[in-house]
Amino acid sequence: MPSFDAIVIGGGHNGLAAAALLGKAGRKVVLLEADATLGGAARTVEFHPGFRASEVAHLVTHLPVRVIDELGLARHGLDIAGPSLPSIALERSGRHLVVTAGDVGGDVAEGEAAAFHDLNRKLALFAATLKPALAKAPPRLATRDRQSALSLARLGLDIRRLGRRDMRELLRMILMNIADVLDEELTDDRLKGLVAFDATLGTHLGPMSPGSLLSYLYRLAGDVAGAPQRLILPKGGMGSVILALAGAAKAAGVLLRPGAPVERILVEGGRARGVVLEGGEKIEARLVVSAANPRQTLLDMVGARALDTDVVRRVSAIRMNGNAGRLLVALDGLPEIAGLDRDRLAARMVIAPSMRAVEEAFNPAKYGELPERPVMEMVLPSISDPSLAPAGRHVLSVTMQFVPYRLTGGWSEAAREELKARVLSEIEAHLPGIGRLVRHAELMTPADIERRCRMPGGHWHHGEMTVDQMFFLRPFQAAAQYSTPIDGLYLAGAGSHPGGNVMGLAAMNAVRTILETEGRR
Amino acid sequence: MRSAAAETRPLTHFRTPHLTTPVHERTSACNRNHSWVPWAGYMTAGVYDDETMEYFAVRNQAGVYDISPMVKYRISGRDAAAFVDRLQVRSVAKLKPGRVFYTVWCDGEGMVIDDGTVFRLGPDHFRICCQERMLPWLLDSAEGFDVGIEEETEAVAGLSLQGPCAFEVLKRAGLEAAGRLKPFDLADFQMGDLPVMISRTGFTGDLGYELFVEPSRALDLWDRLFEAGRLHGIRPFGNDALNLARIEAGFIMARFDFVNAEHTLRPGRSRSPYEIGLGWMVDFDKGHFNGRRALLAERDGRTSRYTFVGLDIEGNLPAESALLYVKTGVGTWAEAGHVTAAAWSPTLKRNIALASLKRPHGLTRHDTLYAEIYVMRELMWQKLMVKAHIAERPFFNHPRRRATPPGPY
Repeated sequence: MPSFDAIVIGGGHNGLAAAALLGKAGRKVVLLEADATLGGAARTVEFHPGFRASEVAHLVTHLPVRVIDELGLARHGLDIAGPSLPSIALERSGRHLVVTAGDVGGDVAEGEAAAFHDLNRKLALFAATLKPALAKAPPRLATRDRQSALSLARLGLDIRRLGRRDMRELLRMILMNIADVLDEELTDDRLKGLVAFDATLGTHLGPMSPGSLLSYLYRLAGDVAGAPQRLILPKGGMGSVILALAGAAKAAGVLLRPGAPVERILVEGGRARGVVLEGGEKIEARLVVSAANPRQTLLDMVGARALDTDVVRRVSAIRMNGNAGRLLVALDGLPEIAGLDRDRLAARMVIAPSMRAVEEAFNPAKYGELPERPVMEMVLPSISDPSLAPAGRHVLSVTMQFVPYRLTGGWSEAAREELKARVLSEIEAHLPGIGRLVRHAELMTPADIERRCRMPGGHWHHGEMTVDQMFFLRPFQAAAQYSTPIDGLYLAGAGSHPGGNVMGLAAMNAVRTILETEGRR
Repeated sequence: MRSAAAETRPLTHFRTPHLTTPVHERTSACNRNHSWVPWAGYMTAGVYDDETMEYFAVRNQAGVYDISPMVKYRISGRDAAAFVDRLQVRSVAKLKPGRVFYTVWCDGEGMVIDDGTVFRLGPDHFRICCQERMLPWLLDSAEGFDVGIEEETEAVAGLSLQGPCAFEVLKRAGLEAAGRLKPFDLADFQMGDLPVMISRTGFTGDLGYELFVEPSRALDLWDRLFEAGRLHGIRPFGNDALNLARIEAGFIMARFDFVNAEHTLRPGRSRSPYEIGLGWMVDFDKGHFNGRRALLAERDGRTSRYTFVGLDIEGNLPAESALLYVKTGVGTWAEAGHVTAAAWSPTLKRNIALASLKRPHGLTRHDTLYAEIYVMRELMWQKLMVKAHIAERPFFNHPRRRATPPGPY
């Protein structure tokens, strides 16, 4: 049996990044992915003969330069050179708004455009202030650890350096909800609907829920190759990012093993010794790095029996019921719609007609029910990348917000058809004529995403991104620095700081911690 | 899982801030002082009539203490032994069916949540007796174990029979068979038509037994014991007498000698087993248990903050709650700890105390400590600095406690 220095569990983007970085640091690494294909929630799948699309994540918003450079992703075929997509707030009557990099165009009052520009400038400034903290392990509170103290001091200093007015404004606003912020600053309901949608996307928050601004700041803190507020459709779908990461991992000497589901992590005397695969194969290593969800890692793979009750309680309490569904639609062609030419259709289209509409779509989700009128974002990636569909045909990739993981009464076939019908009817209302072109529509509820991507709750961030589950509380206090209560077992996935999106920083921070800690021993 | 009785009880708790025990009819008849103290939500006697007489009944005759309020949990199932191992610090492999051990259980920081006794009723059946209600903690700790956890505080009544004549009383009550019980043994017996589980345990450091029956038979048990013990001067004893006896025995008490970790509000106020003199119990070889990682780090890193010691204090003034000092020079003192329990021992004729000291004090027995004792003499306070010497525990350690079969008294 070959022996390894490190086992990485999970072949999503964070797992691949962690494996590649450990490999580059000279460790002998094996990466174990349960599914037959790598990628996790960042795969490209053929969902209908001849039609391919990103399965879950479909837009790159958070891929920092250091991840691209340290892994040499460009060398391994990463193509994110395409233009940043504008966002179009669709309106039934055709009075659409177009938002490009923080500025709004279209049929909008001049004062409103200026107000939006100012608001975006302010929030982008706040996001930039908090951003350096994303690329570092969160500080430990209540210790004399020098690095922690410096890291906290740095954050404090960055906030102080905003100057008195902006600092006060940041501290006043940071825990606000996005609805109050938008009511303070804007008047155009279409615009407010769009921002409210962006602020709550992928979370169990309505615009009026406390903390929804922070979720928006996290979105604004993203950059793609250094340019902030970008929305990139990767060529070949999100799976192409995975291909580049897998290439980097292979080049770093990592043995990639898809189709190797881990049944449990071996723990002896409080230290991880390796893993046992489903089927019984045992692989030993001094280090086990899990990019899987923290609850899955600790409760399912390590097991509650090897953990203190306090830890079991904390892990069980992480909120991670997903809230977003996906609809992949194969189209026989592009709809012809006045006011939406081919260029516009190639943008990211958002159906969130007002802030109230977003809140009202959220309300039923609190009680495990379906929204009457779902809010959603969609892209037609086959316009810029014809390889995704047969000639002349197209792919519509939709992410619907507020689809409950636990539907009251369960996810029956009837419930699925009902949701599909409601989503398609909303789309038809905004893109009239598209219904006739639908060849096939594949629905994924959070329960489907959980099953297909092995993400508990179907939550693509591996846990809600809210203030009580962020920074040094992510995934929970005792594991916030990537180490776990089991020696030699580390977390490196989206469940850890800084969190979700196809970003790779969790893996990068984790590997830095691992090399520092394990190097010292 | 909760007992069904608890689910269906009407919400009238506000009418009875303190519950009465199954033998309340008898204890209240004996309680000439109407002195009641709360214990785990029940009212129990503080002093029935005279603390000294009650204490001497424990040391010279036989005394009965109502332990029904003790919190009790029944643990059963295929993983019961593994669960008990995971919960507390000692190794269950060393606890055979029919045996009892005293233990503590910790949180993830290695701080003591509670102490208590574990009764191994059978290979897969245990009873945990403790001070605090902790069903949520037990249930959460049971995640991943095939085990049933049942609150049985109200389903089991208990009387503790303590003192040199305790066995004589049992014998006269028809329980001569209990003579085979060694300390920390337990077994089921028939007292005529009354089934009773008896363990040779207690909180007095003397010969003694704890008898457990169904609550509906508790008065019957009481009457039979008092009838059998009439000629041996049997009497009920209350909390105050028990406290004196347990200090002599060197036993610690949650809430007094340490604060349960779940109750502490201020940082640093909870205690690890090493800090309350119970480090010897911790077994790192048995697999994972709550607090293992923290306790291992504490042991290996020598980061314990406190020691727990017995003290012999000069003079005869009980040093209750006294701060303890060491002399650092002429007229200068440094605080070294505090007394958690203190008493003049009538049997030993010694002024004894239990104390928590800041390390390194108490690691050796050579420190000379001074207890700051305040006495009020005819409305005048006087402060005395009285020498205190670290002493071996238990202070009271009579061979009759261990003799099997017990000697005739």
